[in-house]
Amino acid sequence: MRRLTIPISDQAARSLKVGDAVALSGVMMTARDAAHKWMTDTFIKKIRPPQGDDLGVYAAIRSLLDGGVIYHCGPVVDGLDTKEYRFVAAGPTTSIREEPYQGDIMRHFNVRGVIGKGGMGAKTLAACREVPGVYFHAIGGAASLIAQTVERVLSVYKLDFGVPEAMWVIEVQDFPAVVTMDAFGHSQHEAIERESREALEKLLARG
Amino acid sequence: MQDLTEHIFELIRRTSTDLPADVEGSLREAADREQSGSAARGALETILKNVELSRRNSTPICQDTGTPIFYVHFPEGWSTRQLRRQIEAAVAKATKSSYLRPNSVNALTDENTGNNLGDEHFPSIHFTEVDGDALTIDLMLKGGGCENVGTQYSLPNNQLGAGRDLHGVRKVVLDAVHKAQGQGCAPGILGVAIGGDRGSSYYASKEVLCRKLGQGNANPELAALEKRLTEEANQLGIGPMGFGGKTTVLDTKITGLHRLPASYFVSVSYMCWAYRRRRMTVRSGEISYG
Ligand code: SF4
Repeated sequence: MRRLTIPISDQAARSLKVGDAVALSGVMMTARDAAHKWMTDTFIKKIRPPQGDDLGVYAAIRSLLDGGVIYHCGPVVDGLDTKEYRFVAAGPTTSIREEPYQGDIMRHFNVRGVIGKGGMGAKTLAACREVPGVYFHAIGGAASLIAQTVERVLSVYKLDFGVPEAMWVIEVQDFPAVVTMDAFGHSQHEAIERESREALEKLLARG
Repeated sequence: MQDLTEHIFELIRRTSTDLPADVEGSLREAADREQSGSAARGALETILKNVELSRRNSTPICQDTGTPIFYVHFPEGWSTRQLRRQIEAAVAKATKSSYLRPNSVNALTDENTGNNLGDEHFPSIHFTEVDGDALTIDLMLKGGGCENVGTQYSLPNNQLGAGRDLHGVRKVVLDAVHKAQGQGCAPGILGVAIGGDRGSSYYASKEVLCRKLGQGNANPELAALEKRLTEEANQLGIGPMGFGGKTTVLDTKITGLHRLPASYFVSVSYMCWAYRRRRMTVRSGEISYG
C-alpha cells in the first residue's frame, strides 16, 4: 500500500503503475454526470453562457482541481437541514459515463487523478499520458468503509443538481484505491476486456 | 387496517444496512478462492469489511440505494391503496434518515424530488393477492450501476450463433456477462428470464432474484444450466470489480415464461454483489423480518 497526498505532483503521477494499491489523503472533489456536463458546456466547449454562481464556482474549483483529484461519487449525506454535512455512504459510481468529458476536463484543470469504478476508455487514457494523471479504481459498493475515510466535508457546490450530482469538496485520510490506468498508456480494463473476450469466444465455439 | 409505516421503515433500514446471510456467505467463499495478495482477494476483503461495518453502524452498504422494489403479497382484506401510501411514507422517512439516497429524478426536467417519491413507478410496488392469512413484503434495492448492464436479446442471434433453445440462452447470457465486465460491481448474480414479451421478460428477470443463493432450480434442466452458466461465467476471468480473478458471478437464477410463437426473448438482470433484499411478514398483527 502506497500513501499518496493530494495535490499529486507530476513526478508522483508518473511513478504510479497499473496494479499499485494506494491510500490517498488530502482534498478532493466529487463530480458525476451533471457536473461533468456543466464544466464542459460552460467552460471548455463554451456552448452555454455562465449563469448564476457559475463563475464563482469555476474560480473555486480551478484551484482545487489543479493537481487535484475528481471522485465519481454520489454520496449519502447527513445534515442537509443543518448544513453540518457528514458523508454516511460514499462508494464510487460507474466512470465510463464521463468518458465523453473526462479527458478534456483533465487537461483543462490539470487534474492528476480520477477515482471511480469500472474504468474508462481511450480518450481518458490519452489524457492520463498527457497531463500526466492516473485512474484510481475504488471498490464499488464499499460505501460505509470509504465514508469513514472522509474526515470532513469542506464545502458543496451546485447542490441544486441534487445531492448525488452536487460537487462535494471533501478532506480524506487514507482513501483506499488501486491504479488501473496509468500515465504510460497501460489500462488493466483493456487487458481484462481482451482476455475475457478470448475466453468467451472459446466458450461460444464449444456449442 | 393496521398501519405498517413504521415496520416498513424498519424493513428499509435492514435492507439498506444489513446484507442477507446467504450473500455474505457466498462472498466469503469467493474471497477464500482468490489467491491471497491478489487485487481480487483485496476487493472481496474490502467488501466484507464494509458489510460488517454497515451492519454495526447501521449505515447503507452502498451509497446507491437504487430503485426500491417492493413485492407485496397480501391476503384478502388489505387495501393496496393504503399500503401504497404507507410504503411511500416509509420511503420518504428512510430517505430523510439517510438509509436511502434521494434517487428519484424526473426524466424530463432532471429534477431530483429529494424524497425518493416520484410517480406510480417510483418506488416500484407490485401487489399480488394470495391465499392464507400472512402478508409479506419483499424489498429489493437495485442499484443503477448493475441495472445499466442488464440487457435483453431477441433470439435467434446470428452474431453469437444463438438459436431458440437453451444452448442459445447459454450463449447470450455469457455474452451479457462479458459485456458487463466489472461495471455492475462484480461479482454479480444473474437473473435470467426466457420468453414473455419485452416487458414481462424484464420483470421476471428481476423477480427471480428473490430466490436465495445456492437454492437450486426445481426444474432439473434449468438447474443444470444455472450451474453451468455460473461456472462458465467464472472462466471469463473478469473477477471482482473487473480486476481479474476466479469469481465473476456468484450464482445464476433462471425462469421460463410463456411467449408468442414469433418472439423468443432472453432478459438478463445483473445484480451487483450488494444484493440487498429482505422480507417482512405480518401474521395476526405480529411482525417478523427475514
Ligand atoms: S452496482 Fe451495486 S454495489 Fe455497485 S455502486 Fe451500484 S448499487 Fe452499489
